[in-house]
Amino acid sequence: MHIRALEYVKEGKEVPSDIEGSVLFHCGPIMVQRDNGKWSVVAAGPTTSARMNKLEPEFIRRFHVRAIIGKGGMSKETAEAMKECGCVYLAATGGAAISLAEGLCRCTGQEWLDLGMAEAMWRFDAEKFGPLIVAIDSNGNSLYEKVSANLVRP
Amino acid sequence: MYNLLRLANTKLPEDIGWAMEAASGWEQNQIAYTQLGAIMDNVKKAEHIGSPMCQDTGIPVFYVRGRFDSSIGKDIAKAVERATKDIPLRPNTVDPITRENCGLNLGPGMPIIHYIPTDDDFTQITVLPKGAGSENMTRLAMLNPADGIEGIKRFVIDSVLDAGGRPCPPTVVGVGIGGTSDVCVSMAKEALLVPLDEDNPDKDLSKLEEEIFVALNGSGLGPMGLGGSTTCLGVRIKKCACHTASLPVAVNIGCWATRRASAKITANGVEYSQGVKF
Repeated sequence: MHIRALEYVKEGKEVPSDIEGSVLFHCGPIMVQRDNGKWSVVAAGPTTSARMNKLEPEFIRRFHVRAIIGKGGMSKETAEAMKECGCVYLAATGGAAISLAEGLCRCTGQEWLDLGMAEAMWRFDAEKFGPLIVAIDSNGNSLYEKVSANLVRP
Repeated sequence: MYNLLRLANTKLPEDIGWAMEAASGWEQNQIAYTQLGAIMDNVKKAEHIGSPMCQDTGIPVFYVRGRFDSSIGKDIAKAVERATKDIPLRPNTVDPITRENCGLNLGPGMPIIHYIPTDDDFTQITVLPKGAGSENMTRLAMLNPADGIEGIKRFVIDSVLDAGGRPCPPTVVGVGIGGTSDVCVSMAKEALLVPLDEDNPDKDLSKLEEEIFVALNGSGLGPMGLGGSTTCLGVRIKKCACHTASLPVAVNIGCWATRRASAKITANGVEYSQGVKF
């Protein structure tokens, strides 16, 4: 959905307005469509954020993302864009898909299902969602960098 | 086979659960402890409600061993389709160029099945659902034989540490040593099927497993790469002969949710197991 949203902006097409100022969750959930047509979430853990490194700086600057939830951390360039826009990176526990899905209490819509379930854009209301760890703060301090700088290699 | 996919996706193998519990007993880092707690809590919930423990239900890799006929591939494909709709599994397979998703976890070359015909009077079907977070960290090195055991150790440790938090540590580290490049990578993945509580019968490999395990857990990477002393739950190494001028080494990482299950089909019925004898 990152590629699609940025392409639409370039082509002057309309992008869902609620991306602006949102909290972005890097996640390709398992969703099921109920008989009434509404979607509900089965499993929703974070995906590897590094996959979005190429697009995220532009995405953050364009849509003023407030927080990114993911796993594994992001590049220096992304952390720089986060710093500019006052965005933070929150680490969720990779694979904790059932516990995290419990915190996504309502699916309020979806866009671009043609991209596939994992790559589409899903909207959720969240409550008691976590645990989340501030792993890159809005000053660009990264816990991943700190851990990586102190790694002991025999 | 549908039951096999359900078992593999909803219940963590016991040996991996034990390793995780042992790790949380000695973990001193608060963030790491929180991560391990969240993982174990999630594992219990997934098993209780019968849902996949991770949203990335991966690409199911099958191993068929024993006596079987050629129609078994079609049966496996049908089971994958049904499991995708009914468990449900996330539709993950796409065309590598157009990225089009057929929605059924099928497509050219899918499902991936390794056939190992033997004279046994049973059929054993094993599945290893492999998620992309860990699979994307796979590394192969065609080392110089002169690099020796130190070179192997260096390459495996660097591969795991360079992967950082991306393959969802604490991980199971599968290593293949020897063969040709293709066989070496296959062995590294097959090594993930060996239970963590089973001793490696090869004393040299057993020692190497232990040394890499200690080094990784002393590295400070920790669960999810957020720091701590639980980076790896186990190291499993397989080897086979190789060319005198080669030393292939492959690393295939299994995330904490290293899922596996096998069904042994005999005249008396089906027996399921997650501590795969492979």
